Amino acid sequence: MNNVTGINIARFILLLLAQVVICNQINFLGYINPYIYIIFIFLFPIREERLVLLLVSFLLGMFVDMFSDSGGVHAAAAVSLAYVRPILLKSAFGMLYEHQSIKFSNTDMGSLISYISLGTLIHHLILFSLEIFNISNILLILQKTLFSSIFTIILSVLIIILFSRNKK
Amino acid sequence: MQQILNFVIRNKTFLLFLLLFSIALALTIQSHSYHRSKFINSANGLTGGVYSTINSVDKYFNLKTENDILSEENKRLREQLFNRNTTTDSSFIDTTYSKSIYRVTIADVYKNSYSSTNNYLTLNKGRNDSIKEDFGVITSKGIIGIIDNTSNNYSRALSILNTRSRINAKLKSTNHIGSLTWNGESPIYAQLEDVSQFAPVKIGDTIQTGGQSSIFPKGIGIGTISSFESDISGDTYTIQVKLFNDMTNIGTVYILENLDRNEILNLENSSDE
Repeated sequence: MNNVTGINIARFILLLLAQVVICNQINFLGYINPYIYIIFIFLFPIREERLVLLLVSFLLGMFVDMFSDSGGVHAAAAVSLAYVRPILLKSAFGMLYEHQSIKFSNTDMGSLISYISLGTLIHHLILFSLEIFNISNILLILQKTLFSSIFTIILSVLIIILFSRNKK
Repeated sequence: MQQILNFVIRNKTFLLFLLLFSIALALTIQSHSYHRSKFINSANGLTGGVYSTINSVDKYFNLKTENDILSEENKRLREQLFNRNTTTDSSFIDTTYSKSIYRVTIADVYKNSYSSTNNYLTLNKGRNDSIKEDFGVITSKGIIGIIDNTSNNYSRALSILNTRSRINAKLKSTNHIGSLTWNGESPIYAQLEDVSQFAPVKIGDTIQTGGQSSIFPKGIGIGTISSFESDISGDTYTIQVKLFNDMTNIGTVYILENLDRNEILNLENSSDE
């Protein structure tokens, strides 16, 4: 148990730093940044209390907001993602989730990718809607959501594969 | 009472979600009003510390461009100095007018963003260096933004690449004014709105600050006109301005304090009443 908590605290700090120090500075093609800190929410232990996940996600989002001067948009998006996570898990993993026996390191690739893609799209849509905060710029919102999502999904899947294989 | 308690316990996840989401939403909306985003911003010790570490590494990679900018500025200043000598040699200098009313502070940019629709810069000078809100930020090439938040050692500037930024600007050749805004799309172009249709707008002309606000002195460069179109009503032009500054690459900036600002504001307020 302590081990799990330790891993998650380390993951929290490492992903936050990676996000702020590296990913926020990429600006690929001028405006495309990956938001990899949501990996923390994806990989949060399933058996833990949901309230804890909500609170920790809020904190994580708040820190990212603080670093990128964006008010509360990351916090709002992260909390929403944490809230809908059980639905995503159920739709992506089906029976495995019912039995509470998912191990992210050895699930099949398809389920994992669909889980992450759905979550990323939801998170980014909320993020950019709140950031731009103007319904007349709906095209800009969708464009940013799409491109950043592609970037985030690829990076997230790569990072998860890379680090889960190491632990074996 | 029992039922209310039961309801709360049953829906505790949803209620917590609602609470946290509304806090986040409130912070977002609050950050949309100028001068209000006090709590969550990058001008504090924690973020400033992290960004100063990044900056100390990052600086080495930009030394060459920074040197180029400096030598270019040196060259221009030297030209001004020599020209001044030749023209003012025999003429009379009225020292009462040459009193400098702007105090200049040099600051490093610790964080610069240009990919979002509301961009800010974090600078490494704060209240301890007597930096306050509403000071102007420029580089040798042109304007960058306005300080909107300060902590003891850091300050945050509202970039001109921010949909909430409005800066008074004018055509260099005439005195037709407009306000400089940004539509959130390209970091290379800003928009100059509400320029009178009587203004002689030509592609390639220079846009500079208008001097009507007490933040920037008159005549600081902003950019050149790259295209323009008249509004639907036909009364005003909206001009695309290609910025002099490469907003994606800013290392060192100058913070301007107008020493007469309070006097100007007092005068304006008293005439309102």
